[in-house]
Amino acid sequence: MHLAYPAVLAALLFSIGVYGLLARRNAILVLMSVELMLNAVNLNLIAFDAWLRDALHAGQALTLFAITIAAAEIGLGLAIVLLVFRTRGTADVDRLRALGDRAAEVPAQFDGAATDNAAKGQAVK
Amino acid sequence: MNIALPALVPALPALGAAATFATGRRAPGYARPLAILPVAAAAVLALVTALQLGTGATLDVATRLTPTGGPEIWLGLHLDGYTSLISVLVGVVATCVQIYSTAYLRTDPRYPSYAALVSLFTAAMFLVVYSGDLILLLVGWEIMGICSYFLIGHHWETADARAASLKAFLVTKLGDVPFLFGIFLLGADAGTFRIQGVLAAAAHGQLHHPTLIALLLLAGVAGKSAQFPLHTWLPDAMAGPTPVSALIHAATMVAAGIYLVARLLPVFLLSGAALVVLAVMAGVTMVGSALCALAQDDIKRVLAYSTVGQLGYMAGALASGDREAAVFHLVSHGAFKALLFLAAGVLIHAAHTNSLSAMSRLPGLRDRVPDARWTLGIGLVALVGLPPFSGFFSKESVLTAAEHAATGDALTNGVGPAAAVPQVAGWIVLVTGLLTALLTAVYATRLWLLAFPSRRAAQAAKAQATAAAPVAEPGAPYSPELDEADPGQSEPAAMRWPLWVLAVPTIGFGVSSLRTDWLPKLLDGGSLRPSLPTAVLGTGVALAGVLIGYAAWRTATAKARRSPAEAAAPVPDPGRVLLGPLHGPAQHGFHLDRLYSLAFVRPTVAAAELVKFLDREVVEGYVQASGGTAKLLGWVVRRSQTGNAQTYLSALLAGVVLIAVFVAVGT
Repeated sequence: MHLAYPAVLAALLFSIGVYGLLARRNAILVLMSVELMLNAVNLNLIAFDAWLRDALHAGQALTLFAITIAAAEIGLGLAIVLLVFRTRGTADVDRLRALGDRAAEVPAQFDGAATDNAAKGQAVK
Repeated sequence: MNIALPALVPALPALGAAATFATGRRAPGYARPLAILPVAAAAVLALVTALQLGTGATLDVATRLTPTGGPEIWLGLHLDGYTSLISVLVGVVATCVQIYSTAYLRTDPRYPSYAALVSLFTAAMFLVVYSGDLILLLVGWEIMGICSYFLIGHHWETADARAASLKAFLVTKLGDVPFLFGIFLLGADAGTFRIQGVLAAAAHGQLHHPTLIALLLLAGVAGKSAQFPLHTWLPDAMAGPTPVSALIHAATMVAAGIYLVARLLPVFLLSGAALVVLAVMAGVTMVGSALCALAQDDIKRVLAYSTVGQLGYMAGALASGDREAAVFHLVSHGAFKALLFLAAGVLIHAAHTNSLSAMSRLPGLRDRVPDARWTLGIGLVALVGLPPFSGFFSKESVLTAAEHAATGDALTNGVGPAAAVPQVAGWIVLVTGLLTALLTAVYATRLWLLAFPSRRAAQAAKAQATAAAPVAEPGAPYSPELDEADPGQSEPAAMRWPLWVLAVPTIGFGVSSLRTDWLPKLLDGGSLRPSLPTAVLGTGVALAGVLIGYAAWRTATAKARRSPAEAAAPVPDPGRVLLGPLHGPAQHGFHLDRLYSLAFVRPTVAAAELVKFLDREVVEGYVQASGGTAKLLGWVVRRSQTGNAQTYLSALLAGVVLIAVFVAVGT
């Protein structure tokens, strides 16, 4: 089998994953997209392992390793999503922006000179 | 002779000052003994040193303090007749003042620091007198300046005292800067800072810039000894306590400049121009200050202007090349002016006011303070210069010196060639000296008549101003003093007997100049005896002044009596009658302060404003702008922190793609 088929398939899978990661709003679907991207990479690993006829089959071993890690990681991710849903009542990624910088509305520069003078320890007239 | 003895003289008051500073707050009971005993011991030691040294001998010891790469600095003592005489004067006056102060500042909460500063000042003055090295002398000179600053500002609650202390400090420092350069130049030319070395260099003609050196040194002398044009600080310095005025601003510190010129007279004799400058300075100072003294209402300011004038006499004697006469007048003036100030202090203490016109309305004053009245009288007669008081002899010696200088054979007594003194300097000093003698007699008479009017006149004045409380003449410059004690009490003994101690030299010291083997032997050995023409002229002028003053007072009194309708009429003041239109300007020191304020203070303040503007608006503008730019950039960056993870990931992806493209294109 030519290398192009799995490579193209992996690329397609990865692109779908990227699209899902960036475009989906539901956190579960975002996680699923991440899995898609991960598996696209796994597919590449196996394909190139077979193509290069690696005596040690490092690609396959790494894939098994990655699948294990991915299982653990998705478990953790789902647990976080579950907790977020419980506390916030939503799993919508767009609305989870509590870590954003809300104070960045107006720069303090234009607040007037009075506070500046006070900060310098001079009399405010 | 044991070196420890003269070394202890400045050290004892300094240690006393340190001890008073250390214990003053915790154990104020020790402040009085700690103030009096070291100063008194130093005075005794100074006397013992003088007696051991004897006449005609000198002692010069020095140990190297520090190598400098240039002229070295020596820790040196130099003792001769001049130091003996002046150190004894300083010791006696300082002891009297310390004893007097225990009573005068009895209830003052800051007495310990005051006493410590007076002790420290005394130590510094001894150091200046004994020092054999110019740098060491400068140290004492500056310590005196700072003590004077602190003591003028003793009543720092009042704005007057604060302003006066700052003014005194700044004006004297203005003179001290050229003075410092003068010392450096002198040291560089002579190759040493030791006074003996400098004098030797002057004798051998090794000084290459004598006029420049002399003029630079004169600036410092003018500042310290309150000579025109740097004399303006002294009348204002009367805001300090009266004993301080007696010690520092009359008897000792202001004489330091004269003493310095006397010590370095051979250097000054190398430059005729400097002597003429000194003579002009002295002449302007003498006449101007005498006119000002005639117009003052504040008794301490009268005495302050009189001090300025008498210092002018000393400077005049130096300009005539006769340092014996200068130091003679210095010592006799130190005694009688300290006496005058201390007596004035008693008077102020009793009358509860500084104002002469207010005093003249107090009828019982002449009987309340008999000691002060007698001693003030003695001091005034000495100031006027009537025989046989000390002021007569010392003033006549100055006039004699000026006369000799004017005729071309100056009494330099071997310090330098007589021809070194320009005749014009002698003429200036002689003419202004005689004029000042007249004016001095007038204002001394006025002071006496205003402070102690006859009982009848006082009653009349009181009847005139029945309800009016004793108030100072409105508009006159006045240095009010926080009265230290309850005026109802009579003056304690500690305020009375120092007057009599000082009255003894005031009366008798002058006689010591009559024979060349008495006082002159201690000095350079020249004659101090007054010559007949100047003695007759001087005494005649002084007597005429007294008569003029009395006549003017009678005129003023008669005029006041003719118009009794004016109840609020000013007290009959001979100064007003005599000075006429000059009275106003003279009262304010001929508006010299205003001139200085226009010429120096305003430009300085304007320059400070400019600097403030540049700092606040220009320099600070850059700082503000850099801060603002950083804030603006930060604001832009903060805008991108939306909290949406997908936005971040999109940006990350875009970045990765860009890098990948660049890498691909680049390779």
